[in-house]
Amino acid sequence: MTLTKAELADLLFDKVGLNKREAKDMVETFFEEIRQALEAGDTVKLSGFGNFQLRDKPQRPGRNPKTGEEIPITARRVVTFHASQKLKGMVEQYHANKQG
Amino acid sequence: MTKSELIARLAERLAERNSQLVNKDAELAVKTILDAMASSLAKGQRIEIRGFGSFDLNYRPPRVGRNPKSGSSVSVPEKYVPHFKAGKELRERVDLSLSLRDEG
Repeated sequence: MTLTKAELADLLFDKVGLNKREAKDMVETFFEEIRQALEAGDTVKLSGFGNFQLRDKPQRPGRNPKTGEEIPITARRVVTFHASQKLKGMVEQYHANKQG
Repeated sequence: MTKSELIARLAERLAERNSQLVNKDAELAVKTILDAMASSLAKGQRIEIRGFGSFDLNYRPPRVGRNPKSGSSVSVPEKYVPHFKAGKELRERVDLSLSLRDEG
């Protein structure tokens, strides 16, 4: 079982009272706004959940594993996620209870 | 961008589309989405958002750690930690924004 956009839209329909179209649109826009902020080079801080940050990685030497040929891996910007203490705690707590 | 800024931007988008929804709806929606995502991970259930990314749990085996103050060893039990992997669209858009900026 996996949580997807469809389940999130269902929740907004059931709990928030949005209609199906509004719910789907809201979920899509939620993730699009986060993408746009990151695209603009902005950190996204969602208190209680976690932070999305950007890391710039310099160019580094790489190798084609098939041919052994050396090709540089170009400089790139990547997204990293750091879970909040609250989220980490929730995850640890659940697994501790399951085993205890 | 903080959670309240995200709510404000969502409300702005909704207004642009002549939606009947208001700031309060955007606020409740953001809270509901984030709560659902957190409880999903807390239940050990993964999250998969096409075009954005996926959230999983990574296993950390038990280990012997040290109390940095006293130097005494403490056993740290096994645990799970949340992990995010950016999806193709997010990865490409963020990386492209870097190359566009370098050229400009």
